[in-house]
Amino acid sequence: MSEILISVLLVIGSFFMLVAGLGMLRMPDLFLRMSCSTKAATIGVGTLMFALALFFEDLGVATRALATICFIFLTAPVGAHRIGRIAYLVGVRLWEGTITDELKGVYAADACMPFGQECLIPDMDAQEISTDIEEGPK
Amino acid sequence: MILQATIDFIVFPLLSLTLVLGFIRLLLGPTLPDRIIAFELISITAAGIIVVSAITTNQAVLLDVASAWAIISFLSVIAFSYYIEKWRGRP
Repeated sequence: MSEILISVLLVIGSFFMLVAGLGMLRMPDLFLRMSCSTKAATIGVGTLMFALALFFEDLGVATRALATICFIFLTAPVGAHRIGRIAYLVGVRLWEGTITDELKGVYAADACMPFGQECLIPDMDAQEISTDIEEGPK
Repeated sequence: MILQATIDFIVFPLLSLTLVLGFIRLLLGPTLPDRIIAFELISITAAGIIVVSAITTNQAVLLDVASAWAIISFLSVIAFSYYIEKWRGRP
């Protein structure tokens, strides 16, 4: 009975990990990809660790597994928020079907692209960036 | 018996397929943040593989390896975002 329960939990967890991988490959945008991979991978690893805590039937192992689950649930949104904010500042393009962009115009002309693409913010072109850099060392 | 068969024929293939999909995104991601989140997915999947290996080999010590791996993965993502922020604004 316990073996069947652990097997079902393992299959559910690995299925969520596969969903995360598929979303990582198929989503059209960095931000959609990031939301998909963060949520699905977090719940997948959490289910796998819960199955491990059920398998060993030991208090110390269960406590460590629960602590690791809590750690992943706390740190995955933090990392995703940080990567998303940096990606928006750096100017990664949004998907064409994006309906609302609430950060549009919030970040000023600071944001430019180090990756050889053009800026998202329209009143900022490449010439201003180059003049800024030329004035910098003087 | 059922558990070993399930792990061998379902769980490890699904996790390996996830690794392959993440690695494809790591190869063809158009920008640097795409590659970073693909790397994050790969490292989280590796933590899951370590956890399943702890069940197959009956070694509870591997759980500590998985938790340390999760900590290092989170710190690497934070470090990547920090250096991109420092790099911002310079061509």
